[in-house]
Amino acid sequence: MPYDYKPFPFVAPPGLTAPEPRHKVAIVGAGPIGLAMAIDLALHGVASVVLDDNDVVSVGSRAICWSKRTLEILDRLGVGERMLEKGVTWKVGRNFHGAEEVYSFDLLPEEGHKYPAFINLQQYYVEEYLIERARDFPDLIDLRFRNEVTGHEDRGDHVALTVATPEGDYALEAEYLIACDGAGSPTRERMGLAFTGQTFEEQFLIADIEMADSPFGDADLSERWFWFDPPFHPGKSALLHMQPDHVYRIDLQLDLGADAKAEATEAKVIPRIKAIVGDKPFRLDWMSVYKFRCMKLDRFVHGRVIFAGDSAHVVSPFGARGGNGGIQDVDNLGWKLAAVLAGTSDPALIETYQEERSHGAAENILNSSRSTNFMTPKTPLEALFRAETLRLAHDQPFAQKLVNSGRLSLPCSLEGMALQTPGYAQVPPGSALVDAPLSGDDGDSWLLEEVQGDFTLVGFGDLLLPEVEGVRRIGVNQRADYPCFVATNNHAVRRYGTGKAYLFRPDGHVCAVFDRPDASAVAAARDRAACTMQEDDA
Amino acid sequence: MRTIYPDRLSPDQDAFYNALMDAHHGLDDAESQALNARLVLLMANRIADLAVLRDLLDTARSYRDE
Ligand SMILES: Cc1cc2nc3c(=O)[nH]c(=O)nc-3n(C[C@H](O)[C@H](O)[C@H](O)COP(=O)(O)OP(=O)(O)OC[C@H]3O[C@@H](n4cnc5c(N)ncnc54)[C@H](O)[C@@H]3O)c2cc1C
Repeated sequence: MPYDYKPFPFVAPPGLTAPEPRHKVAIVGAGPIGLAMAIDLALHGVASVVLDDNDVVSVGSRAICWSKRTLEILDRLGVGERMLEKGVTWKVGRNFHGAEEVYSFDLLPEEGHKYPAFINLQQYYVEEYLIERARDFPDLIDLRFRNEVTGHEDRGDHVALTVATPEGDYALEAEYLIACDGAGSPTRERMGLAFTGQTFEEQFLIADIEMADSPFGDADLSERWFWFDPPFHPGKSALLHMQPDHVYRIDLQLDLGADAKAEATEAKVIPRIKAIVGDKPFRLDWMSVYKFRCMKLDRFVHGRVIFAGDSAHVVSPFGARGGNGGIQDVDNLGWKLAAVLAGTSDPALIETYQEERSHGAAENILNSSRSTNFMTPKTPLEALFRAETLRLAHDQPFAQKLVNSGRLSLPCSLEGMALQTPGYAQVPPGSALVDAPLSGDDGDSWLLEEVQGDFTLVGFGDLLLPEVEGVRRIGVNQRADYPCFVATNNHAVRRYGTGKAYLFRPDGHVCAVFDRPDASAVAAARDRAACTMQEDDA
Repeated sequence: MRTIYPDRLSPDQDAFYNALMDAHHGLDDAESQALNARLVLLMANRIADLAVLRDLLDTARSYRDE
């Protein structure tokens, strides 16, 4: 059954008839990043207006692979469990050279995590769930479809926007504008900002097909199969992935200079798919021909205009770092902007979003570019090295590691950056939380559910946590007058050690570690991570 | 004769591969071949152990026409 695109109704915004009071935040774009941004801000009590020029969720699936870290963030936003339930969990990737399997990898063989390494779920479902979740905050999220932002001006203490709707244009003001308007970002274009990096000449055909029988053969496997030079598509690469609802994703590298229009026709595509799936019946659900780019903005923060998601950075999809990278932008920016708007943090905190996420985007671009380069050798020499790498990969472990069909998105480390207090621990300052199962007086829980959302100090083993304003406390394998848990199967202690305290930021990154946490040291680390307003600057 | 070697390149394998491709950037075929030859000689000098080098040569040759 094809996905049922229900258009969201246009509701005439109040600004058409009378000036609207100034909004806290205007978000341009209701893709996955804009929607997640609005929910994150709402959870921190910040109201936003979300303006989108369209009225349906993502047409075609586009993003399908959602990483563990994304699911953990979306757990905090309230849609993680729903995504896990609907999505296809996979962890085995197989790489083929010709017809032969070269090697396979298992992503997360470890037990004791709420979320798996990856799930596959069509982007339209993710957007649908986020929109439904946004509706849980009618007083904080004002979602406006068919509201196209046509202009904006940064006026120093606010941004003025102009918006076009089917019933006319209107003006709007907001203290901050977050541009989540996608890879072609009109906000970015309007500001004339350079978007620089690499464009790959090769084109890829991306198709989703629905079929009752599995193209993976008799065993309906939830795996990722990648071919270099497959028998059904000689000289090129191919990728096969499973999605829910019996939908399968096929990526095929096309000839250099292939005619994109001609390629994206049923006449051309059906025989290509038949070459992979054989005579089993299928329905073509969606297809598109892409040329990939790896590019980013130099700066994500420009005065009162902040870029997040594809508007700030784009990558080729090998490694699934696009949407997953954007969700990490949201996670990083939400609590910071909320604290600055609340007046408790210095606006310098927003500048650290630039430091931390520009680094994250650069890491994603580096990995995605390397994968795309490996997949698309540009000279006979590059082709020769790749062919010999694949030959050695049949039995040499180092060559198996060299085979690059995508380095899948991992949480970005913020080690050594300004907000983190330097220190040594198994999970060092800057790392995203490592999940673990806990059991408490109210039943079973997960570390990620207990620490995300606020500054949280977690004590493992025999050490007492001080009371510090604005810091939640949790004990693991200890007894105290704050909530305490037992590390189920000892996973948490194995992962974090014992006799250590960890201070987590609201986005679940460790920002300080302590052997003997005293109140003043914890408060200093929290103030450093939050750029807390000092009394005398207020 | 072929030896299966333990992996010693990761986690830097992608950075190395990229640097290797960059080293060939802008060279024609003959220049690339010459670069590869120089590289083998330099690496041999760096390894320096004749038994290890013979083993590497045998292993590399064992994949011929496989
Ligand atoms: C083939 C393909 C496969 C991919 N696979 C993956 C994957 O497996 N995993 C992954 O993580 N990522 C993947 N991606 C990337 C992922 O789709 C994007 O990173 C993601 O959609 C970015 O979300 P966004 O909200 O930033 O932008 P978008 O999803 O592009 O949303 C931007 C929104 O802004 C709106 N807009 C634009 N201009 C205006 C305006 N002037 N006024 C109002 N609204 C406006 C648009 O209508 C749109 O709704 C893939 C991408 C492609 C193309």
